[in-house]
Amino acid sequence: MTTMTSTPPAKAARSGDLNRPPRSKWWREIGWRHIVGIIAIVYAVFPLIFAANIALTPGAGISNTADLFAKVGMGNFEYLFTDPSSFFVRWIVNTLVVGGVTSIGTVLMGAAASYAFSRFRFRGRRFTLSALLVIQMFPQMLAFVAIFLLLTALGEVFPALGMNSLVALICVYLGGALGANTYLMYGFFNTVPKEIDEAAKIDGATHAQIFWTIILRLVAPVLAVAGLLSFISSFSEYIIAKLVLTEAPNYTLAVALYSFVADPMNPHWGWFAAGALIAAIPVLVLFLFLQRYIVSGLTSGAVKG
Amino acid sequence: MYSPARNWGPGFIAKLIIMALIDAIGVYGIYSAWTVKAMPIVIVMILLVLVANVVYFARRFVPAKYILPGLIFLFIFQIFVMLYTAYVAFTNYGYGHMIDKDRAIAQMQEYNSQLDPNGPSYQLTMLAKGSDIYFGIVDDGVAKVGTDAVALEPLKGAKVADNKITEAPGYTVLGMGDVASRQKEVTSLRVPVSDDPSDGALGTSNATSAEVYRPVLLYDEAADTLTDTESGTVYTDNSRGNFRAADGSKPPNDVGWRTSVGVANFARLFTDASVAKPFAEVLAWTIAFAFLSVATTFLLGLALALVFNSPRLRGQKFYRVLLILPYAFPGFMSALLWRAMLNTQFGVVNQTLLGGADIMWLQDPWLAKLSVLFVNLWLGYPYMFLVCTGALQAIPSDMMESAKVDGASPWRQFRSITLPLLFIAVAPLLISSFAFNFNNFNLIFMLTGGGPTHGTDPTRPGGTDILISMVYRVAGVDDGNPDYGLATALSIIIFILVGAIAAFSFRQTRKLEEMA
Repeated sequence: MTTMTSTPPAKAARSGDLNRPPRSKWWREIGWRHIVGIIAIVYAVFPLIFAANIALTPGAGISNTADLFAKVGMGNFEYLFTDPSSFFVRWIVNTLVVGGVTSIGTVLMGAAASYAFSRFRFRGRRFTLSALLVIQMFPQMLAFVAIFLLLTALGEVFPALGMNSLVALICVYLGGALGANTYLMYGFFNTVPKEIDEAAKIDGATHAQIFWTIILRLVAPVLAVAGLLSFISSFSEYIIAKLVLTEAPNYTLAVALYSFVADPMNPHWGWFAAGALIAAIPVLVLFLFLQRYIVSGLTSGAVKG
Repeated sequence: MYSPARNWGPGFIAKLIIMALIDAIGVYGIYSAWTVKAMPIVIVMILLVLVANVVYFARRFVPAKYILPGLIFLFIFQIFVMLYTAYVAFTNYGYGHMIDKDRAIAQMQEYNSQLDPNGPSYQLTMLAKGSDIYFGIVDDGVAKVGTDAVALEPLKGAKVADNKITEAPGYTVLGMGDVASRQKEVTSLRVPVSDDPSDGALGTSNATSAEVYRPVLLYDEAADTLTDTESGTVYTDNSRGNFRAADGSKPPNDVGWRTSVGVANFARLFTDASVAKPFAEVLAWTIAFAFLSVATTFLLGLALALVFNSPRLRGQKFYRVLLILPYAFPGFMSALLWRAMLNTQFGVVNQTLLGGADIMWLQDPWLAKLSVLFVNLWLGYPYMFLVCTGALQAIPSDMMESAKVDGASPWRQFRSITLPLLFIAVAPLLISSFAFNFNNFNLIFMLTGGGPTHGTDPTRPGGTDILISMVYRVAGVDDGNPDYGLATALSIIIFILVGAIAAFSFRQTRKLEEMA
């Protein structure tokens, strides 16, 4: 494991030294960093190249994945998009709908709650804030037995909220909305000066106008982070989705991609890798694009799945 | 009613429309919950509709207007399910104990019934309503109709000829052809004579006459016992959700029911050898896994952050983007990908990288643990790299300058300035990363499935199972042999452990902040 080599601590660059240092010194101070970098990049990227390799190997089961790019073809992608037994396009739509609605709902409800916690002083405020801290420690998936029983009972009243329904899955995910990122947003709301609201209030704006037209615009970066994190976490969530969605056409990508390789005797790694690449690319691009914001969110304590 | 100075702007109209929709859905929900007699849902729905209308139409309760939507979802889909989980942990709910006591007794009586040779026999008319089949008979001149879920009841307006129903209002009379096509359904149908199961039930073998089948097991409500009328054995409620004879033997075709068992599930986790030993092993591995994951990812992330934090290094951006790729790739997909790569026979690690080696990465219990940690290192170091880079850049440069002026060696600068300042910034993140890995279900489930498992028993935890994947295993979602009581008891323990970690973390963070 080459990457585990312990590296000596960085030497501080000598800021006064403007002349190009001699070659041996360059190696000692800078050059070795490039070596470490190349090794680290191989470590980081190899599995992704391997994924591309399986995806491009037509009919990849398990036995023909080790020879890198021995035989290249688009068979796996063709299967996903054209075969009548493949629901791939539907799965993408399902995932986008579940992830999209969940993240919009999470952002709106979290932002509204953070606004109330940040701008109003009311009875039970401290209690609710600390209760949220406790509740968010309980991963929703731990309660999957109770979720199953609840949805079975609700399905008899609202068929749309029963088992095998995307709406039900979204509702379950929204249950975690307040717990998930309210603290992250609350902290950010507190950094927006109160004088801004007060000025608007003096001008005759109602609390709703202040919230929708002033505050939400000022906190947009944190909304983007919370929305993206929420999207990624519902994108990656497996247990509850697997429990709620019982029929293949309703699967989200996490459940569907797992089902490709769930059978140890006959795994379809090619389909899996092709689907994974297609699904991962938008997430990857968004992630790199919003990197700066995400990192600021992460350092305030958010966790990505 | 006069309402003070409503501003009929677009906002107010939007509110009216949304509230009208919510009220419509609410009223529909209350009505349909009422029709299926789901009283708790009726009560909750009424409360929700009332609260929503009061909060959004009164001028007061301004903070509530903002918190309510999130709070409602939180209450139903998080707090309620948490409490329900806690409740299930104190019951025996699971395989063999899925239904309530009355239905369990009724089922046992139905499974253990016998044709009464001295009982009456009735001329039978097969009836249908919707998709359900009904029996129609004439008892003492009174036409009666019933099916398995509805005991025999007198039916007004039925036409009777020769002690046999010929027409029944609201039902269609089935002809021989219809009956023949649903033969199995007809012969297995048992129609209770009355609401008391011990009165027996009507059954038929030929669809033309019905006979009384009497239960072999008689339930005595006063004594709460079940008596076998053939052998005379008396079975009593063992308060564990079963009827048992004095010698512990089961009644024939035993059916159990859901009941409270106190702390029995928790006691099993610590005393029952078949559960306690695997539980202790899994607990130890969970803590080791979470700790080692944090330690390895942090060390690698910190090392890389230090390496690439040199201002004179060219291509920093390039390195950074490529290095965080594993983190941007969705985690569950990476875990599955590594499963393919670590396959013993065909995986690329053995075949290509190690030149045809035969290492059982995921089958040997210890190698599987190592593999899990290694894959988690790949998944997790970019996070630590990002966080450490951020923290390093936040260290004020004048501090380093003055240390240099004072003649501190680079190692000394690192140990006395960089590391302590970095630690204050990342300590809370290390703890939340620990808590995250403590419940890192996706990695374990996707990479090893908790395995390698011990042969045949699917409920016994495997070599890499952590607590949360053990909950999934015990709950038996995949193999249809669920023990929800035990699974939820485990969930409660995880909750307590994670809560303790979090409480500890808050105190530590505060201490660190005070030190700084």
